Amino acid sequence: MLPAPFQLARPTELAEAIRLAAATEDSHFHAGGTELLMAMKLRLLRPELLVDLKRIAGLDRIAWAEDASVVIGALATHRQVEQDVIVRRHLPALAALCANVANVRVRSAGTLGGNLCFAEPHADPPTLLAALGARLRLVGPDGEREVAADAFILGEFETAREPAEIMTHITVPVPRGPVAYRRFRHGERPAVNAAVAWTMAADGVTIERARIVVGALGSRPQDVGLLERLLAGRRAGEAAEAVAQGLTDAVGEIEAMDDRHGGADYKRHLAGVLITRNIAEAAAQINGATP
Amino acid sequence: MSAAEIDLRFTLNGREVQARVPSHTLLLDLVRERFGLKGSKRSCDMEVCGACTMMLDGNLVSSCTTLAADADGRAVVTVEGLTPAAGLSRVQEALVLHGAVQCGFCTPGFVVAITHLLQQHPNADDEQIRRHLRGNLCRCTGYVKILAAVRSLAGTEPGLQPLAHERT
Repeated sequence: MLPAPFQLARPTELAEAIRLAAATEDSHFHAGGTELLMAMKLRLLRPELLVDLKRIAGLDRIAWAEDASVVIGALATHRQVEQDVIVRRHLPALAALCANVANVRVRSAGTLGGNLCFAEPHADPPTLLAALGARLRLVGPDGEREVAADAFILGEFETAREPAEIMTHITVPVPRGPVAYRRFRHGERPAVNAAVAWTMAADGVTIERARIVVGALGSRPQDVGLLERLLAGRRAGEAAEAVAQGLTDAVGEIEAMDDRHGGADYKRHLAGVLITRNIAEAAAQINGATP
Repeated sequence: MSAAEIDLRFTLNGREVQARVPSHTLLLDLVRERFGLKGSKRSCDMEVCGACTMMLDGNLVSSCTTLAADADGRAVVTVEGLTPAAGLSRVQEALVLHGAVQCGFCTPGFVVAITHLLQQHPNADDEQIRRHLRGNLCRCTGYVKILAAVRSLAGTEPGLQPLAHERT
């Protein structure tokens, strides 16, 4: 299969890339191409113009920020994120996730920003980044703005990004508590995934705030608010029991679709299993740290 | 600033090459059709099977879903570049000796992926081997013999020597 013909631009400046995209009705930004080129080969997309972002210096940089967060350039590949010493030290769950996305070739080419912007529901990173409270920087013709990761993906292949806006970086605050991510998959893409991130109180054993996010099973990553509220203010040792009590109701509220990865009810069940295991892992991280 | 055709300069298996191609040309087609290197195969055509695996600046890519334009200014290595002028590379020889080649269609992709794995992890353990090769599919061997060949190269399983009648 071959994509339909298109014009290719390879700007070296961000402003030029934005200008080119804004001036063309049907343009797409090109990063790793692991999702975009597939859609173009299937002729689901036939852009008139492709604006390659890989010649713009610095968009793949990963750095530590003074406010205790890690700033990941949107064009960093999964492999770069996986191997980066800052990410491995401060966001080990994200490094592990990136080390297991699809296959080694996709990890070498595909970018974290591209993954988010394409918004294919069966993806690993959006769920964990939402749970971690990541913030996404978008730069477009009308200036810059920041969007929370959990508000970015609106539905299948649909995001808050305007067509001429470029995601430049992803800011991930270093978590103040345990983080766990799990997925269930038949092939390379997750059928269901779940992430948990706890912010611990000063005593080290009380959960100040819990984020529980499930993804891949519906049109976008979803907060499991009922369980988040059940866990707030509770001691880590009581988390498993509290979640067990609320799980049936919480899972019943999750939006899930029937597709080739499984039926909606089956995937809701799997979400419950993954949440339960994540909670056990998070509690074990606290128990391990507190004699 | 944008163009329907593009001039490329890159190294292909260590040799400087140039080509003018339509922007939508894929790396696999450029290498197979323009440069005549037919080792890399088109199979699934969706980044899953690994039969088209090449190295691009030392990273593995699916050349079926990589724009030829993305090779511009970079170094492309295919299975032909990993094959000595005479005989076989150690990866190729290990695959032959372990009976890890049957129909052979997936083998070029495996040779590139295994070579890359051993460059990164000369003493790769089983978990590293499996994670690295998870994206290369073989429908003949059942993987057991491929894994044995890689383990022999990583030093975790004894290597096999050619039998006298196999020596060439």
